[in-house]
Amino acid sequence: MDFQVIIDSMPSLLEGMVLTIQITFLSLVIGFAMAIPLALMRVSKNPLLWMPAYGYIFFFRGTPLLVQLFLIYFGGGQFREQLEMLGLWVFFREAYFCAVFSLALNTAGYTAEILRGAIGAVPTGEIEAAKACGMHGQLLYRRIVLPKAFRLAIQAYSNEVVFLFQATSLVSIITLMDLTGYARVIVARTFDIYEIYITAALLYLCVTYGILYVFKKVEHRWSAHLRQRDTDDVDEAAITASMH
Amino acid sequence: MKKLISAAIGVAMFGLAANTADAGMKVKMGTEGAYPPFNFTDDKGQLQGFDVDVGNAICAAAGFECTWVVQDWDGMIPALLAKKYDTIIASMSITAERKEKIDFSDKYYNTPAKFFAKKGSGFTVSEAGLKGKSVGVQRGTIHENFLRDNFGTVVEIKSYATQEEAYLDLASGRVDLGIADSVAADDGFLKTDAGKGFEFVGPSFSDPKWFGDGAGVGVRKGDDKLRMAINDAIKKIRADGTYKKINDKYFEFDVYGQ
Repeated sequence: MDFQVIIDSMPSLLEGMVLTIQITFLSLVIGFAMAIPLALMRVSKNPLLWMPAYGYIFFFRGTPLLVQLFLIYFGGGQFREQLEMLGLWVFFREAYFCAVFSLALNTAGYTAEILRGAIGAVPTGEIEAAKACGMHGQLLYRRIVLPKAFRLAIQAYSNEVVFLFQATSLVSIITLMDLTGYARVIVARTFDIYEIYITAALLYLCVTYGILYVFKKVEHRWSAHLRQRDTDDVDEAAITASMH
Repeated sequence: MKKLISAAIGVAMFGLAANTADAGMKVKMGTEGAYPPFNFTDDKGQLQGFDVDVGNAICAAAGFECTWVVQDWDGMIPALLAKKYDTIIASMSITAERKEKIDFSDKYYNTPAKFFAKKGSGFTVSEAGLKGKSVGVQRGTIHENFLRDNFGTVVEIKSYATQEEAYLDLASGRVDLGIADSVAADDGFLKTDAGKGFEFVGPSFSDPKWFGDGAGVGVRKGDDKLRMAINDAIKKIRADGTYKKINDKYFEFDVYGQ
């Protein structure tokens, strides 16, 4: 182990990590915003709504992210003239846009499917109760179904966030200098394979832990009404006492 | 699959004898297969190119039994060190940085590097002339090192896994210039349909500090018998006309250099 190499490369690796986090965050925000309407379309009974959503989810869950990335980046490059006519080339020219675009489309597909499952799992009793109180349509979804669905979906969604975070390591293939990109450039020059990739792996691990920690906090908060209040401390004290 | 099986048998039978370069010895040769015209895979999936022909000629001259292994460029040296193959014949330049990790045979060709860009773009190759331009280059190459050390502060460097991807992005206009081996860029890009509207700009670069002493065959450190046998074989094919025949198949001039 050559620790000097690790110390020397740390600033570059951290710079790459900033881009990795940026891309993850942007893709998640865009992907989530797309996933809600997609999930609602997917649970609709109108075939004009559920069929396109089904097709979208089927495509993005059914093809590898790497292929989607190549398709959008190098595929987009082939249709430069058509994209220029549509005024879209300024976006597709940038590797950054292509990366966020494909990651967002991909995570939207997965997130929509998670939300669809969660919406389906909202207990009918709660929906009937809401209807009995006079709630319908939008109000019913906004107040009862979606909040409950988010709560049910959060664990599966935290998985998706971690997967997406790690999937960003693919963007170095389309020239972006994310954490993996910097690691590859440094390795290509120094050949210190173990040192650099272990450092990169540990950095990924730290951020993954951070993501899971945030989700644990959110989940804890959202399930406050399901916990016994005040009695928790008493019970624990009683158990500890009985053990002595 | 066939390649894999024969490679596996080669390892099983001769893996332990890798330090002695005897006739009939099995040698696994690593190349990239994405660097035309030096090494590439044709549409039938067969390895072709100058490196591959020279490699086969070396094998024939030294009496080795050779199999080819294809490996991504930036894993080329790590895979040699991990004994996935015994030699690198992939247009790898002999540089001081690489010599710290592996040994090289004598050179088997030497051609300079050049920038290239869209015809009529009128770039001057200097720090001022390239300021703010984006340059595509293959990752982990002498050209990337040269670019980072000499123009790294003024240009935006985009590094690609293969040279072909760098050509694609130059053709689609995502980068302003490319830099690569002049012969590889000429045959692999400028003379193809995709590269029709592009031309070389600026001078040839061949400073040994970055570009080394030409392309050699890479072997693991201490694998001296193999290295010596390869050196003898290179001398032999240079002398008996085999090299010239391969050279003329691909190029109109002598790529061996001075």
